Parts: sequence; structure tokens; C-alpha cells
Amino acid sequence: MKQYELNTIPDEGYRQALAALLYQLADDDFILAYRGSEWLGLAPHIEEDVAFSSINQDTMGHASMIYELLASLGEGTEDELAHGRTPEERRNAIILEEVNGPGDYLIEPRYDWAFAVVRHYFYTVAKKVRMESLKQSSYGPLAEAAVKINTELYYHLLHWQTWFTQLMNAGGEARKRMEEAVSRVCDDFLGVLTLGPDGESMSRYGLIEEEAILASRWTEALKKPFNSTGVQHPPVARSLRGDGRKGEHTGDLTDALHTLSEVYRLEASATW
Amino acid sequence: MEQTVMKILETVKDPEIDSISIVDLGMVHSIEMKGGRCTIKLLPTFAGCPALDIIKGNVKKACMAQPGIEEVEVRFVYTPPWTSDRLTPNGREKLKEFGIAPPPEKFTSLEEWEIHCPYCDSHYTSMENLFGPTACRSILYCKECRNPFEAMKPISTTM
Repeated sequence: MKQYELNTIPDEGYRQALAALLYQLADDDFILAYRGSEWLGLAPHIEEDVAFSSINQDTMGHASMIYELLASLGEGTEDELAHGRTPEERRNAIILEEVNGPGDYLIEPRYDWAFAVVRHYFYTVAKKVRMESLKQSSYGPLAEAAVKINTELYYHLLHWQTWFTQLMNAGGEARKRMEEAVSRVCDDFLGVLTLGPDGESMSRYGLIEEEAILASRWTEALKKPFNSTGVQHPPVARSLRGDGRKGEHTGDLTDALHTLSEVYRLEASATW
Repeated sequence: MEQTVMKILETVKDPEIDSISIVDLGMVHSIEMKGGRCTIKLLPTFAGCPALDIIKGNVKKACMAQPGIEEVEVRFVYTPPWTSDRLTPNGREKLKEFGIAPPPEKFTSLEEWEIHCPYCDSHYTSMENLFGPTACRSILYCKECRNPFEAMKPISTTM
């Protein structure tokens, strides 16, 4: 497959499919890095606080790399893309915007660690599958970004896999809460595995492989860790609350963006 | 002139590990001089590293002090991706001086990551946290000399 660069993009259809893909990749990382950062100071122990913030920092860095690619396509500046877009313009999967649990970061945060572990683990596996595919993307700058992101993802995956298998094998309340979290995350995880309305043209242009292939690799990658915890197969991912790739979102995203972009909205032209 | 700029970059230290320069870290990809205009391409170690902007500023400042340079552009590029085998032998020594174990010279992720204590060189060490105070470091403990220390994570494209 031929590889294209910014100045050799073949046609408008290619550009549109590329932009649609980049929005999904960047928005997914952006919102999940934010949800992760809300755990700062609240993680189960201090080592986890250190590890989790490092992972969130990396993930935000990945979002920023992809927003940069969008900026080069003329979609707006990196700050506008990250902070200036409405919930309807976001293309992240709904499961990634969900709050960490009841309460607020400052008032009575009753966050659910099992949910955090499952969501981040499942997402990291899916992201790894995507990055492996994107390394062969027909868009050169995206393929290069994927190689870079992939090196860092290695450590994220190690981290979440350790948490996942240890909590699943711990028995008792841990196991019960993990199983509940798995079923909750799966209810909306299909949103992460889909490529949205432009999915077909993305694969036709060689930007990324087909949605079905990627999804089956995700299931395959989860089989071994699931079997090692005494569960035969990973449960089926569904999409109960809507499709984030089409701009469908919950109030959780609106609230998160409101908090996230508060400083940006005060003075959008400020440098920081 | 490129050589001169390289010499200048050797004085620009990592803001978080002040014993090592960005040259020894293997971050410098290319230096281009056109008239008084200097374009420097750097490879970020970790994409989300908060030190990147500070490094950019320090590079500009150091280069602008050089007569003959009127304009400096610093760009972060991802190709080739930064890998830990880009560290120079001098850089590896400088890391140890700072109490950080350098990553293995070659790493493919298939072999075990054996970490020697930067103080006593013992490999009788234990990993306390894969993630450390910065994205590129892990936290360890030496069971021989009983010092806590950090190690720079191996990064390779074969991971």
C-alpha cells in the first residue's frame, strides 16, 4: 500500500477519513487521561498514585501528538481541538467519559477502583491493537506516531494486566467487584472498538485495518488473561448508551469538559 | 557551525536529571544552519514529558547566546522514535552518577530486564515501582548496599 504524507494526500475523501480517525484516537486518549488524573491522591497506595499519574501523563501526551496531526490538517490549533470543542463534536467512546464513581474529586469521591482497572486495562489492550495496525497506516505521520506511542504503551499494558489478574485472582470481595466492573465496562465497550460512520473508508484508504479484524484481535488478546483467572472467555462488548463516534454522549462528558476547559475559556488566547 | 551548535547543546541539561545533557540522552536528531537561522530537531524521550517545553526554552536560550545565530527554531519530531539505546556511553555514566541505573544497551523486551545498582553494581535488586518520579524512570531497591535507586526504562521499537 502506498504511503502518503501531509503534502501528498490524494483526495478529499482520504482527508476526511483520516481526520475522522484522528479525532477518535485523540479524543479517546484525552478524556481517559482526564478521568485517570482525577484519581491523583486517591489511588489505593502511593506507588499507584505515582504509576497512574505517569500513565495519564503519557496518555495525554499521546492525545497531544494526535491533535498536532489534526492541526497540521488545518482542523484548528491543538488547544482549540482539546479545549474548544463542544460535547457533540467529540468522537470519544462513551465508556471513557463515564465518571470514576459517585461523588466529586473534592467532595466525597467514592471512586470505584475495580471499574478503573477494568476500563483502563480493556482500553489499553484495544489501544495496543490499534497502534499495531496503525504502524502500517497509509498515512506516514500517523504510522510514525503509532511507533512512538507503542513503545510507551508496553509499560501501561504491563501495569494494568498485573492489576487485572491480581484482583481477579484475589477472590472474595475483590473478585466480586471485578466481575461487576467487567460486566459494566462491557455494556459500553463496543464504543471503543468501533470506527464510526467513516470506518469503512478508513480501511479502504489503508489508514487502519477493518473494524471487525481489530475487534477480534482485542477479544483474542483478552482470552489468555481471562482463562488464567478461571473465566473462560471475555464477555461480549455491547453499546447500550449510544455511539460516541457519532457525537452521542452523556452528561458526564459535558461536566468533564466544563471542568477541563475552565481555564482555557477564561482567556482562550493566553499561552500556557 | 553545526559542530558549534552541538557543543552548545552539550551544555543543555535534562531539567529533571541535571547531570546529563540532551546530547548524551540521544535527543538531538539534527541541526541545520541557514544564514543566521538555526533549526534543531529533537526526539522527545516520552511524548508526555513535561520537561519538553523547558528543554525547548533552554535550547533556544543557549543557542541565541552564540554570535552568528539570529533565530532558533526547535522542533520535536517522532521519527526516528527515541529509544534508550540512543544514550551515549558518557550519558550512561552520567546517569549512574546521579543514582540512576542506565537501561540495557540493547533491549528487545523478550529478555529479562536485569538492573544493576548504580552505587555498588550488584544485580541483587528489586523493582519497587515500574513507574517513577518521571515517565522515563522506575523505582528500585538494592538488597546488597540497601540503597533505594531509580532506573531508566528501556525503550525499544520491538516492544
